Amino acid sequence: MAEIRVMREDLRPPAPPPKRHFISIKDITRDDVERLLATARTFERSLEREVKKLPTLKGRLVINVFYESSTRTSSSFELAAKRLSADTMSIKSSGSSVDKGESLKDTAITLGAYDPDVIVIRHPHIGAPQLVARVTDAHIINAGDGKHQHPTQALLDLYTMREEFGRLDGLHVAIVGDVLHSRVARSLIQALTLMGAHVTVVGPPALLPREIETMGCEATTDIGAIAAADVVYILRMQRERMQEGANYVPSLREYTARWGVTPERLRAGQKVMHPGPMNRGVEIDPRVADHADALIETQVRAGLVTRMAVLYDLLTSGPVEVKTESVLGVA
Amino acid sequence: MLFGKDAPRENIVVRGARVLDPGAAVDAVLDVRIDDGVIAALGSGLDTNSHRVIEGDGLLLAPAFVDPHVHLRTPGREDEESIASGTAAAAAGGYCAILAMPNTDPVVDSSATLGSLVDAARAEAAIPVGFLAAITKGQSGAELTEMAELADAGAAGFTDDGVPVCSAGLMRRALQYGAVTGRRIALHCEEPTLSRGGHMHEGAVSAELGFTGYPSVAESVMVERDLSLAAFERRPLHLLHLSAWESVQALRRARAEGVQATAEVTPHHLCLTDEAVRSLDPNVKMNPPLRSASDRTALIEGLKDGTITAIATDHAPHARHEKDVPFEAAPFGVTGLETAFAALYTHLVEPGLVPLETVLERMSAGAARAYGLDEPRVAVGAQANLVLLDLHAAYTVSEDLFRSRSVNSWLLGETVKGKVRATIAAGRLAYSS
Repeated sequence: MAEIRVMREDLRPPAPPPKRHFISIKDITRDDVERLLATARTFERSLEREVKKLPTLKGRLVINVFYESSTRTSSSFELAAKRLSADTMSIKSSGSSVDKGESLKDTAITLGAYDPDVIVIRHPHIGAPQLVARVTDAHIINAGDGKHQHPTQALLDLYTMREEFGRLDGLHVAIVGDVLHSRVARSLIQALTLMGAHVTVVGPPALLPREIETMGCEATTDIGAIAAADVVYILRMQRERMQEGANYVPSLREYTARWGVTPERLRAGQKVMHPGPMNRGVEIDPRVADHADALIETQVRAGLVTRMAVLYDLLTSGPVEVKTESVLGVA
Repeated sequence: MLFGKDAPRENIVVRGARVLDPGAAVDAVLDVRIDDGVIAALGSGLDTNSHRVIEGDGLLLAPAFVDPHVHLRTPGREDEESIASGTAAAAAGGYCAILAMPNTDPVVDSSATLGSLVDAARAEAAIPVGFLAAITKGQSGAELTEMAELADAGAAGFTDDGVPVCSAGLMRRALQYGAVTGRRIALHCEEPTLSRGGHMHEGAVSAELGFTGYPSVAESVMVERDLSLAAFERRPLHLLHLSAWESVQALRRARAEGVQATAEVTPHHLCLTDEAVRSLDPNVKMNPPLRSASDRTALIEGLKDGTITAIATDHAPHARHEKDVPFEAAPFGVTGLETAFAALYTHLVEPGLVPLETVLERMSAGAARAYGLDEPRVAVGAQANLVLLDLHAAYTVSEDLFRSRSVNSWLLGETVKGKVRATIAAGRLAYSS
């Protein structure tokens, strides 16, 4: 069990108080991000081993509560907890007491009675994680609250970009699509600007929030603007938002013609990312999705290790030190 | 138009307070003697006889407040507020009269429903209360209520508050027919196709937090429409809870052109901006929403120059379990009766943004004028409607301070200055602390 010893040696004395929750990118600092990305990289190395399970969080309980459908996020949180030997439980809104009209607060109190160490929550309403944090003693991880925040997605995207480019400072990222309804976009704009990257959001007028520039990014309706970026980050066109005469865009067909990301609109060597699930042929041309410059599968793998890092960071009193990887190399 | 318990009027002397009534040009340390509920004498060293004596040393005595916009939730949601609890809360806030909104369950759209409220007020109201009736049946925006009969039954005015009168044609008919009632029509200005799904002001904060926006223009296009109709029909109207810069501009212009429009603003729109929503506290969620700093500045300017004639709380009680949910799931509305003066004194008067005299006038005479109620005055011969204020008392707002059945106040936990020491309403001591 050489791994355990190595991990323990990597613990710093508990100097800065660890973060209680991981709810919004707004709550964390550049140092926090650096530490989490370094921890994630440590875990990525550990996953290269034949036995991938680490005993780090043995005996801990992680409850995943998903009030919205999810494949990537829920599976990666569950696997991240299992890779760290934590016990996991998953609650979905359908088939639970939520169907019977139980309030979020009462559900949270009920789950809190099991003394979970972590509650991972996804909820359609902004601020749901804060409410759960108020009524339970668990560490809360926001796995997406309405159109507000999806901080672990932002973290895994930073990890993916850092691994690809070796830096975040000065990187130019174009975020394309339905920014208005996207928690992924909000978290990512904050995370990228926090790390010194340059962000341009691109999309149809009604899908770019009024005064979005106050978040520190540029905004344009011109799809030609993506050519200047190092990374083109494509948001999912949320079909359910485009119904009932909402008229954000006249039609999906027109959206695709104007803002769909095609090989013709990309420059050679530009990297393409997408948080998934993709609507092939709508916001992303299949040739772009399947091209070697697309980092979409890398993002999924990064999701696992960054979520392991977040769980680890919240549950250990001292954060992992940055030089861990060399120590691991010795082990 | 106001109804309350038929109780004996009292004999009281308030001794040695600074008496301030901007409308009566009074500002001096005086004794005020009340005989049988009527102000009988103002002077120094007045004989107290066997009157109840209230020491006013170091305190401020002013005309009591009038709240033209209160939700008493009766009938239908007596768990949130009743006539007894709502009027007790008003008395604790320094009010001598309040007007209740008709968006209850059922809606106050018939003389039968109105009559039951009048009866209840006569039995249990701590201070006089008036009732507005709906403009349209069920507030559904389709068909006028029997406005003349409702006025005869005691309606203080007409409004569909909570929802707009969407049809411009029906709005015109309401203004025309309203003339026969002698009562004022009050409007909740909101263009629903612009505000739909909105939870907060549309701007930089909503862009960052991700809430669907409820833009200023959703209010101001309706303000402009209704002012145009009022000008065309030469009828007065009252605009409820203004929140936007554009609305204040439109109103100022219309008044200059001779439109007889009054308007109110709430303490929360005068004191807060949409930055407060960053807390995600459901107790800063209301309709219209808190707006930007420039909107707030325009409201304050409008209040000072008289474009906005009244301060109204829009006291909107909600059950605890209905507000103890994520912001987006929470209903609109906050309470305000007990805390209005302290909020305004702390956030506007103390920092020097608005003179005390202006706040007192807009909370009292200005508010009464909106519906043609008697203006409270500190003058010999006037019915005693007085509030005794301690401007130096600082305290933290906590739930035990509320007489309302609900506690959804945006001021919970905040330390404020300005405390109501006594309220005399319709010649009776309605509250003292």
